[in-house]
Amino acid sequence: LLCVSPTVSLTVFQEMEDKVISPEKAEEAKLKARYPHLGQKPGGSDFLRKRLQKGQKYFDSGDYNMAKAKMKNKQLPTAAPDKTEVTGDHIPTPQDLPQRKPSLVASKLAG
Amino acid sequence: FLGAGGGNDIQWCFSQVKGAVDDDVAEADIISTVEFNHSGELLATGDKGGRVVIFQQEQENKTQSHSRGEYNVYSTFQSHEPEFDYLKSLEIEEKINKIRWLPQKNAAQFLLSTNDKTIKLWKISERDKRPEGYNLKEEDGRYRDPTTVTTLRVPVFRPMDLMVEASPRRIFANAHTYHINSISINSDYETYLSADDLRINLWHLEITDRSFNIVDIKPANMEELTEVITAAEFHPNSCSTFVYSSSKGTIRLCDMRASALCDRHSKLFEEPEDPSNRSFFSEIISSISDVKFSHSGRYMMTRDYLSVKIWDLNMENRPVETYQVHEYLRSKLCSLYENDCIFDKFECCWNGSDRQVESLSLCTSDLSNIVMTGSYNNFFRMFDRNTKRDITLEASRENNKPRTVLKPRKVCASGKRKKDEISVDSLDFNKKILHTAWHPKENIIAVATTNNLYIFQDKMN
Repeated sequence: LLCVSPTVSLTVFQEMEDKVISPEKAEEAKLKARYPHLGQKPGGSDFLRKRLQKGQKYFDSGDYNMAKAKMKNKQLPTAAPDKTEVTGDHIPTPQDLPQRKPSLVASKLAG
Repeated sequence: FLGAGGGNDIQWCFSQVKGAVDDDVAEADIISTVEFNHSGELLATGDKGGRVVIFQQEQENKTQSHSRGEYNVYSTFQSHEPEFDYLKSLEIEEKINKIRWLPQKNAAQFLLSTNDKTIKLWKISERDKRPEGYNLKEEDGRYRDPTTVTTLRVPVFRPMDLMVEASPRRIFANAHTYHINSISINSDYETYLSADDLRINLWHLEITDRSFNIVDIKPANMEELTEVITAAEFHPNSCSTFVYSSSKGTIRLCDMRASALCDRHSKLFEEPEDPSNRSFFSEIISSISDVKFSHSGRYMMTRDYLSVKIWDLNMENRPVETYQVHEYLRSKLCSLYENDCIFDKFECCWNGSDRQVESLSLCTSDLSNIVMTGSYNNFFRMFDRNTKRDITLEASRENNKPRTVLKPRKVCASGKRKKDEISVDSLDFNKKILHTAWHPKENIIAVATTNNLYIFQDKMN
């Protein structure tokens, strides 16, 4: 005769029921198995505060500008020099100025 | 399914696709927002590179009655540039989070576009003539020597090739410490709100140096932070009413007449949760990523990770309808958490408001009876509130033939996969449709995949 304590058998039964009823709880168990140090509440303030501060952090503005320059060198074709530049003689008016140049890297949706 | 039969259902056909074909997507080309203007003639997109592209619908060709006008590029401009926040040593992304059109008042078109920190009012105007025949200037603009002028003439306007110019008319800056997620124009057409994670500000469209804070949920001690604002929208008819949604799945309706600072809501919409069902993921998947009022303002729709819910503004304790977008993902939440997809912010939209409602409608007076939202694998879903039918369609270049009805898709959640079904494990989670838009008057929809814009129309007979 195998005597199992009633409370133990009840817990086992409960776990089995949970797995059958809730795929979400099964997924939670999977996650906790992989990351045992994961905190209880993901909606806690640490999580939210990290969300508030999204964006890449740089050491300072010099660091930022260097990173941008590196990216720019990869992308852009050189713009052709403007042949009909109006300079020097007089104060330019809006009609004098060359038409606003399109973005140097135009969106492919507009292609 | 919608489209599987019955004369009342919409049959969607491919119309156009914009964007590059190559698989290697530059980050700047990722589409971040899509919006039709109030007439539907213009369709704007914003991208991660801070650029706005506006398409214009061609005038309908009377001889080609089998299709509506195509959308072609009308204007494109750089709306926002990347900036550096010196105080926090953080980059401010140029990504356009939202575009909202103003109703048209004169020949020019106006839109608001925003990145994380700054909102800009852009004027898009056409120029199709220019003055010629000045006395003191040459045609290229250089001034003539006055002593060489011997006759006088009257300058005249002469036609020129159409030029569409975009110019920034107002810049609304320095009012948001946190990241702007929403902008919404008031029905008074004079004011608008902008919402970030913790605060909502009210602006006047003419005034850039002042903004009123109307909601502030920042706790005195940041350790006590429990929820953030995820979306906000003004009521379509009541100019003192707006709603905002939270990361905990609640929606608060506020009335600006009640007090200057609307920290106390007038209504709180929240679906009760069964505590025994609660899991690690519950709060994350309940976070609302989008909220949209119906055309009448009687209802509002919210999108959370797995579902779309319709709320009756008169009932706060639960939604009146819930539609499952991709319930099969519930058993994949662990991997979706690991690859961050669980944090994807899907938007949702209503059908246009002027369309004839042909089927027996319980909601005719509202005319908001179809809901559209995106999913993974470049699938998007539509739910008909009246017939309770739903359909899954795919935005793909393989369905390229205009006027051919799109084939409905089906995901096989478990068990034996039927022919033409796709299993959950085969879904491509990098192909997400987060942004969709429905033409305000016609059955034309714009669906954005990662870097392409698809336009679908209903089959015209």
